[in-house]
Amino acid sequence: MTTVTERPPAADPAPTPKRRRSKSPLRREENRAGLTLVSPTLVIVLVVVVLPILWTVMLAFQNVRLVDIQSQGLWGHWTLRNLERVFSSPGFWSSLWTTLVYTIGSTLGSIVVGLIAALALRKPFRGRALIRGAMLLPYVAPVVAVAFVWQVLLSPDLGVVNHWGVEWLGWDRPIAFLTQRSYEVLGVPVPMALFTVIAFETWRYFPFAFLFLIARMQAVPPVLEEAAVVDGTTPWQRFRFILLPQLMPVVALLTVLRFIFTFNKFDDVYLLTGGGAGTDVVAVRVYRFLTARFDVGLASAQAVVLAVVLIVLLGLYFRFFGRKVQEEQA
Amino acid sequence: MTRDGFQIRFFGIMRWVVIAVLVVATVFPFYYMVLLSVKPIDELLLDPGRIWVSAKEFSLDSYRSVLTSVENGGQGFPLMLRNSAIVSIGAMLLTLLVAIPGAYAVSRLRFTGHRKVGALFLGVYLFPATLLAVPLFVMFAKVGLQGSLFGLIVVYIAQTVPVAIYMLRSYFSTVPVSIEEAAALDGCSRFQILRKVVLPLAAPSVMATALYVFMIAWNEFLFALLFLAAEPDHWTVSLGLQQLANGVEVPKTVLMAGSVVLTLPVVLMFYGAERLLTEGLTSGADKG
Repeated sequence: MTTVTERPPAADPAPTPKRRRSKSPLRREENRAGLTLVSPTLVIVLVVVVLPILWTVMLAFQNVRLVDIQSQGLWGHWTLRNLERVFSSPGFWSSLWTTLVYTIGSTLGSIVVGLIAALALRKPFRGRALIRGAMLLPYVAPVVAVAFVWQVLLSPDLGVVNHWGVEWLGWDRPIAFLTQRSYEVLGVPVPMALFTVIAFETWRYFPFAFLFLIARMQAVPPVLEEAAVVDGTTPWQRFRFILLPQLMPVVALLTVLRFIFTFNKFDDVYLLTGGGAGTDVVAVRVYRFLTARFDVGLASAQAVVLAVVLIVLLGLYFRFFGRKVQEEQA
Repeated sequence: MTRDGFQIRFFGIMRWVVIAVLVVATVFPFYYMVLLSVKPIDELLLDPGRIWVSAKEFSLDSYRSVLTSVENGGQGFPLMLRNSAIVSIGAMLLTLLVAIPGAYAVSRLRFTGHRKVGALFLGVYLFPATLLAVPLFVMFAKVGLQGSLFGLIVVYIAQTVPVAIYMLRSYFSTVPVSIEEAAALDGCSRFQILRKVVLPLAAPSVMATALYVFMIAWNEFLFALLFLAAEPDHWTVSLGLQQLANGVEVPKTVLMAGSVVLTLPVVLMFYGAERLLTEGLTSGADKG
């Protein structure tokens, strides 16, 4: 391979003290070139993401409906009424709780299944590439298509799962996986629809975790485990004390990524259950306020509350595990 | 048996059990999708448990219905396929146009804030997409982009640029600096270096990023729903399929045929370039 070692870019004169104010002309040119090259990115993110977010935050404190916005302009009547309504509206707290259960369940599920899959496919065997490819299908396929397949698969009247369940597994009647709020299983009420949605999310995103974990596993030097074999460790011990610690930074990063994405997730729940049967996550609620009631102020306030909750949770997470995630990103 | 021996046997067997379960779990739904799409609905209702199709009942009627234009009494997917193609390819090209210079700058140049890519990520993904909907809706209405495919493309660029920069950045930093220095000595400007040296060397990664953006845009549903729901002529395939499912009594078999039509392009594309893609997405992950 090349003998070139990674080093800082060209225009770097002898080690300069970090905090020197006056930059050399070369450095200034570099600074300008850099800013020019990222400016398209910054502009589009600013216009399509940052400004709308700021505006929404403002709308959350105004009393507006969709029809008023065009005429009203940016500064309306400021009010805390929307926030009060969010907190006092029926179903808000249970919706937040549902969102949390959904997010934690799906994040955990996809990472654990992804880890198991990565372990199973770690050592090469014939046809591994093919199986690995098959395993990525749920992640690659469009959400609308897979959500509908699940709906049909689990449908009580023509779905194959219920058909087999009744015929071979001795279910006394078909289970309405997606429309029944809760079932008694051995005397314990199980939130069926919520569980099904979590299972769907796990199924769809374990390939994502799998990809990252197997990439990391392949970079673990084999000598580590070979040495442990010589020391007489069992496979479980090698996983627990050698492999797992090596994977932890990736696991921490995956946790953050999956948590953020799932927390804000709209499509999957909306397509599977429409937010019914105890799967009313906040993202779907926001959408409903927006499209059914055209109540922009309330929808915005709800979305802002969701974002604040997420930020607080992430803040807590980084307080406790921040170092690991940082390491991974470096 | 020793504990070690037991574990080796146990995990050895479990490994194959796990592989079998995972393959069934991931492949079966797609098999089922294709199966139902070529079955007449009556046969399905007659015996929902039969998971194969006999030569006698095999029929492409569902596909015919899906792929016939609305004027001719079908579901009008050709138009939607065209819309999806325009949006996805447009988003792909424009995202690259924006992300390539950005990624190059982030990987090579030291400018104010060059380590703040993470902030970009948070800015774009931390807030629920529904939060962006209202202001974007109003902004687009003001500049005449409401219900247009171009408006959707603009949103997709913003949604994919952070991922694109993340993917490209790690590739660009593998291009040896010395090559660039040589080009600079030969009198290339920074822009020329990017275009004539870095891009050709990073071509596979640019391809991978392009495909990934295409996939995201092709599969996207929420923004299409928010911006285009009122414009049936501009529906993408994802949106059209969902509206079809919401409509009056459409047989599930037709729905599945639509799902196959929606899924096939991305899946083909993905497996055409699987290696590229999976390595691209995770290339940052194995640095430990």
